Amino acid sequence: MLWETVRLALLAITRNALRSFLTVLGVVIGVAAVIAMVTIGQGSSEQVTSDVESLGSDVLMLRPGGGFGGPGASEEAANFTLRDAEALGGLSVLSAVAPVVSSMETVVYGNANASTTVTGTTSDYLDVGNWTVLRGRGFTEAEESAGAAVCILGESLRQELFGNADPTGETIRIDTVSCLVIGYLEAKGAGMMGQDQDDLILMPIRAVQRRLVGSADVASFQLALTPGVSADRGTREIEALMRERRRISVDEADDFRVMDMAQIASMLTSVNAVLTGLLSAVAAVSLLVGGIGIMNIMLVSVTERTREIGIRLAIGATARQVLTQFLVEAIVLSVLGGVIGILTGFGIAFVAAQLMAIPFSPSVEVVLLAFLFSGLVGVVFGYFPARRAARLDPIEALRHQ
Amino acid sequence: MGEDDTSPLIALRDVSRVYGEGEAEVRALDGVDLTIGEGEFIAIMGPSGSGKSTAMNIIGCLDRPTGGSYLFHDVEVGGLDRDQRAILRREYLGFVFQGFNLLPRSTALENVELPLIYKGVPPAERAARARSALEKVGLAGREHHQPSQLSGGQQQRVAIARAIVDNPMVLLADEPTGNLDTHRSREIMELLSALNRDDGITIIMVTHEEEMAEYAHRIVLFVDGRVQSADFQPAAREG
Repeated sequence: MLWETVRLALLAITRNALRSFLTVLGVVIGVAAVIAMVTIGQGSSEQVTSDVESLGSDVLMLRPGGGFGGPGASEEAANFTLRDAEALGGLSVLSAVAPVVSSMETVVYGNANASTTVTGTTSDYLDVGNWTVLRGRGFTEAEESAGAAVCILGESLRQELFGNADPTGETIRIDTVSCLVIGYLEAKGAGMMGQDQDDLILMPIRAVQRRLVGSADVASFQLALTPGVSADRGTREIEALMRERRRISVDEADDFRVMDMAQIASMLTSVNAVLTGLLSAVAAVSLLVGGIGIMNIMLVSVTERTREIGIRLAIGATARQVLTQFLVEAIVLSVLGGVIGILTGFGIAFVAAQLMAIPFSPSVEVVLLAFLFSGLVGVVFGYFPARRAARLDPIEALRHQ
Repeated sequence: MGEDDTSPLIALRDVSRVYGEGEAEVRALDGVDLTIGEGEFIAIMGPSGSGKSTAMNIIGCLDRPTGGSYLFHDVEVGGLDRDQRAILRREYLGFVFQGFNLLPRSTALENVELPLIYKGVPPAERAARARSALEKVGLAGREHHQPSQLSGGQQQRVAIARAIVDNPMVLLADEPTGNLDTHRSREIMELLSALNRDDGITIIMVTHEEEMAEYAHRIVLFVDGRVQSADFQPAAREG
C-alpha cells in the first residue's frame, strides 16, 4: 500500500515535471548549499591539518605584541633585532632560528616583472620551512653577514620571470637593487589559506634591512625545535629568554607571542568552522524557504484537485488515505529535491576542491542528514495541505469545478 | 425482489436535513419516509430544489441527516463518523455521476481500479477485476484509453464499471444520462437495467427525464423536501 502510494505520488509529480522541479528548487538549493559548504569546509580543514603535518609540529613562530597580533597590537611592543636571533641561537631546544623581515617589492627581469614578497632571512629559513633548493645553492655565511645582493626564487616567481629557463647566474632588479639569482626552490603548492607558497624571493636579511626596508628590525622569527623537544618546553624556554631580554617584570604580561603550528592550525580551522557554520545557516534558511515553497504548491495542488479528492472520498477513500496520499507526495517531492541537491552540492564541492587545490572529502553523515532534513521539510510543510485535502467535504468537493 | 418479510435494505424514517440556522435556515429535507428493498430499481424525480439530490447524498452516506433515522442494512448511518461512512461506501455502494467524474489523466483501467486500491486489493487481482468490469460494460479493449480519448457514453460506462467493480449492493446514479444524447442515454439505461436484472444490484437513480425513469420499477417523487409519491408506477415500456 505504501509503495503504491509512493508510485502514485511519483506519477503525480512527473505529470507536472516542470512545476515540480520549480517547486523543489528551494530545497535543491538549500541542500546543495549545505552539502557544498560542509564538504568544502571539511576539505580545507583536512588541507590545513596536512599542511601543518608537512611543516612538522616542531615549528614555532615568535612575533612581537600580545594576542594574535591584531591591528596596533605590535606597535607598542619593541621589535626584535638580529641580537635576539643570536640569543635564540644559543638555546639548546632550538635547532634552527630564522629571523624574518619581509617587504612587498616589484621585481623586474628583462621585459617581465612581478610584484611579490621579498623575505629577508638566513639559511635556517630553508630548514624551518622544509624548503629544498632545487638548483643552485643557499646563502653563504659571508653573504649573510655582508648583506650581499643575492636571492633565491620560489617556483611561481621563476615561472613568471624566466619561464622554464634556468635563472641561476642571471641578475634581476628588486626595486632599485640589482640582485644575483643564486638558486631556486622546489615547488610546494597552495598553503593553508589557499595562498601560493611559491610566490616568494629569499634574500639575506641584512640585504633586505639595509637596501629595501631601511631599518634593523626583525619582524618575526621562525624557529625549529631540536628533535625530541616538546613544543611546550620550547615555548617555555623561549618565553623565559625573551622576557629577560626585553626586561619584562614578573607582574607584566608578555609583549611577544610564541605560537606553535598546532595553535596556528587550530586558529585557521576554527575560522574555517565559523565560516562553514555561517554559510550553513544561510543554507538552512534557504531550506526553510524551500519548504514554504512546497507548502504553497501543495496547497495550490489541493485546490486544483478538489474534484479528484471528492471522487476519491466518494468511492471510499478514508480521510487518512487522502492525507497519506498528499503527505507522501510532499515528502517524495522534497526528498527528490534533496537527492538532486546532494548531487549538485557534491558537484560544486568537487569543482571547488579542484580549483582550491584542497581534498574532496564527501561525508556520509552529511548526506544522511540532508536526506533526513529534506524528508522532514516534506512532512512539516506537507502536513497542512494534506490535512486540508483530507478534511474536504466530499459533496462540496464533487461540486467543485 | 424486495420481500416484505425481511427488513428493507434502506429505510428512511422522518429524515430531515437542515442547512444554516435561525433566519437563514433551509429545510432541504423535511420529514422524508422512504423504504427501498434489495434488488429494486428506483427513479427519484422532482423539480429542482425539491431535495432529491440531498436525499441521494444521504442515502449514499456522503451526508448525514440532521433529524430522523436512516437505517442502511440495519445500521444507523446517523451514528457513523466520516471514516466509518467512507468504509460503508467502499463496501456496499457504487456511485455514478452526471459529470462522469473520472480522473482525467489516468487510463480507464486505472480509474476502475481506484476503489480496489483503497480496499487494499493486490495489484494483479485488481487489474483482473477491473478488466472484467470494463468487459461487462462493453469496453473491452479500451483499458488504456484516457477519459479524453473516450466519448461521453464511453466515459459513463467507465464510471459504471468503477461503481460495480467491487460488487456493490447499491448503485447510486445521479442524473447518469444528463450529459448524454438520447441514443447514448438509452444504452446507459439498458446497461443499468441489465446490472439490476442479472446481478441483483439495487439501483437508485435521480433523473428529470421521464423516458429514463421508465426503466425503473417505481418512481419516487419529491416536492418541497418531502416524498409526494413513493410508488408511482412508470408507464410500461414497449419491447
